[in-house]
Amino acid sequence: MQKFEKFSGLVAPLDRANVDTDAIIPKQFLKSIKRSGFGPYAFDEWRYLDHGEPGMDCSTRPLNKDFVLNQTRYQGAQVLLARENFGCGSSREHAPWALDDYGFRVVIAPSFADIFFNNCFKNGMLPIKLAADKVDELFKAVEAKSGYALVVDLVQQTLTTPDGAVYKFEVDEFRKHCLLNGLDDIGLTLQHKADISAFETKHRASQPWLFA
Amino acid sequence: MNAQTLYDKLWNSHLVRTEADGTALIYIDRHLVHEVTSPQAFEGMRMAHRKPWRVGSILAVPDHNVPTKNLAAGITDPISRLQVETLDANCAELGITEFKMGDIRQGVVHVMGPEQGATLPGMTVVCGDSHTSTHGAFGALAHGIGTSEVEHVMATQCLVAKKSKTMLVKVDGELGRGVTSKDIALEVIGMIGTAGGTGYAIEFGGDTIRGLSMEGRMTLCNMAIEAGARAGMVAADEVTFEYIKGRPFAPQASQWDAAVTYWRTLHSDAGAKFDTTITVDAAKIKPQVTWGTSPEMVLSVDGIVPDPANITDAVKRSDTERALQYMGLKANTPITEIKIDKVFIGSCTNGRIEDMRAAAAVAKGGKVAANVKLAMVVPGSGLVKAQAEQEGLDKIFIAAGFEWRDPGCSMCLAMNDDRLSSGERCASTSNRNFEGRQGQGGRTHLVSPAMAAAAAIAGHFVDVSKQ
Repeated sequence: MQKFEKFSGLVAPLDRANVDTDAIIPKQFLKSIKRSGFGPYAFDEWRYLDHGEPGMDCSTRPLNKDFVLNQTRYQGAQVLLARENFGCGSSREHAPWALDDYGFRVVIAPSFADIFFNNCFKNGMLPIKLAADKVDELFKAVEAKSGYALVVDLVQQTLTTPDGAVYKFEVDEFRKHCLLNGLDDIGLTLQHKADISAFETKHRASQPWLFA
Repeated sequence: MNAQTLYDKLWNSHLVRTEADGTALIYIDRHLVHEVTSPQAFEGMRMAHRKPWRVGSILAVPDHNVPTKNLAAGITDPISRLQVETLDANCAELGITEFKMGDIRQGVVHVMGPEQGATLPGMTVVCGDSHTSTHGAFGALAHGIGTSEVEHVMATQCLVAKKSKTMLVKVDGELGRGVTSKDIALEVIGMIGTAGGTGYAIEFGGDTIRGLSMEGRMTLCNMAIEAGARAGMVAADEVTFEYIKGRPFAPQASQWDAAVTYWRTLHSDAGAKFDTTITVDAAKIKPQVTWGTSPEMVLSVDGIVPDPANITDAVKRSDTERALQYMGLKANTPITEIKIDKVFIGSCTNGRIEDMRAAAAVAKGGKVAANVKLAMVVPGSGLVKAQAEQEGLDKIFIAAGFEWRDPGCSMCLAMNDDRLSSGERCASTSNRNFEGRQGQGGRTHLVSPAMAAAAAIAGHFVDVSKQ
C-alpha cells in the first residue's frame, strides 16, 4: 500500500448530506472483477447526462455541467469536502476505489458511515471527521476562493488553510501507523498467528459444533 | 461479574487480542461470500501466495447478478457472467462450498445462510455485503465488511475491529393488524435517522420482538444498517432454536443439547448497561411508506408528503427539495394518492416464506391494477420458492397478475436485468430508496410485503391495516 505523505491538495465541495455508496459508484460498475479503473465512473449518474455502462469511453460522454466536480476550478481535486453521513449504504469497497482512482486522497465530513470509513483506510485514503461548524466554514471558504487548497499533515494531524489557519483532527493510532507506513493489514495480523491458533483451539473445544 | 449486554458477550467470546488503543482482533466463525465483493479478495490472496485459514468456515453463493427468469439460458451479460464464473472457479480451486446457479439451495446470501443452519447463535458472521446485519437475528454478531476485509478474514480468520457502542431498541406492545417488522424497522429509522445508529451495535428487545418469528427478526436486523448500525441483533430464544433444529449445518444430535445450553446464555443480562436506549410503542406503529431518497424519509401510510417550506434547517430543506424533485412528488400529497408503475416483492429484507405468505394473502383473489406495468415476486432462495409452490402461493400470485420469478437479489439493486426505467415509480419490499438504486432515474418507495401487494392491486398505496 502507498505510504500516506504530507501534501497540499485542491479541495472540491460536495454540498449534500447522506451521499451513499450507490451514488459514489453505481451498481453496474460492480460487475468488474478488478480493483482499478473505477475513477471515470465515480458519481456516474450525477456526473454525466447519459447512462453509463462498464467499459464506456467517458471522455466522449456528455457532462452534467451543474455537477460540482465538472467545474473547471475543481479539476485535479485531491480533497473532497462533504456533509453528514458520507458513504452510507452498501459496503462496496468500489466506492473508495472509485474515489481513489478519481484522485481523492482525503474526504472531510462531519460524519461517515462505519463501513465506508473503514474501507478508506484499507486503501491508503484518509477520511477526516471535523465538527459540522468547521466543515461549514470550509465550505464557505472553498466556494469563495478559486484554487483553495489544504495542506494535509497526518503526522501532525492537521489541515492548514491557504491563510495559515490550522484545523486539528483525530485519527486512531493504529490506523495512522498503518497509513504512514503503507502497511498491509493481513501481514500485520499474521504476526499474531500463534494467538489466533491458540484462540481457535480453545474455541473449538468449547463450541465444537462450529467446526463440524 | 458485571451484567453484560448480548453484544459484550459476543465480543468477549471472540476476542483474540487487543492493542493498547482498543484495536482488537476478533475471530470469525462464518464467512459468507458472493460474487460481487469477492473476486478482488481472491486475486489478492493469490498474488500474496496465501491460502484460506479455514475453508470450512466459508460458504459461497452467487446472487446479485443472477437472472430471475430463463435461468436455463444462463446470464446473457458477459461481464455479469464472468463475475459469477470467477466465483465458481475460485471456490472450485480452494475447495469452498458453493451453491451454484441452478442448485435449489442457491439464493440471496442472507436468505441462504440461515436457511441452511449456517448462521447460529453465538457466532461471528461476516460477508462482503452491508445487509449481513440480518444474521444478528440469531443472537449472533454479524456485520458487513469491505473487500479488503473479505481477504483479511479469508487469510487470517480474524477481523481488525474496535468495539462499538451499544444501543437498545426496546419495542413493547402489540402490533396492529397488517403491521410487520418491516414497519418497525422503518419507524425506528424515521425516529433516529440513517446515521442514528452509526458507531453502535443495536440490540432489538422487548416483548414485541420476542413475539416475532425468525423471518420477522431477520427483516428487522437486516434494516439495522439503514439506521447506520453495522450490526443488529436479537437475543436467542426458543423461537431461534426451533428454527435452527434439523437444518443441514445445524449442530448434530449429539451436540445439540450442549449447543442449546450455551445459546440460552445469549441475551443481555438484567441490569446490563446500554450507551443509548430507544423505546417504541408497537401499538402506535402504522404501515410505513418511504417518500424520498433515503430510508429516513419515511411516513405512515396516512401521512402527507412533507413541504420544504416548513423546514427551517437549510441542509435538510435542500435535501427535501432535491428528494421531492427526484421522486417527482409534490409537497403535501397524501401518500395514498401516489400511483405506482411497478412492484417488487423480494430481497434479503423480505424474500422469505413468511413474506411470500403475507403478500399472497393480500393478493389472493385480486388483480394487479391496469396502471401497474409489472408486479414481480422474487423468492429469496430456491428453497423458499419450492416451499411457496408447495403451499400454492405461486398460483395465487400468477392468478392475480404477478410474475413469479427465480431467486436472486433482482431489483433490490438492479445488477441483473430487473430494473426500473427512468421516472418509473416502484413499491418495493427492499431496503434502499437511494437515487438510481433500482435503475437510473427510478423512484423507490420502501414498504412491507403486504403493503406492496396491496399497492399492486390498487395501483396506488393503500393502508393494509384498514383492509
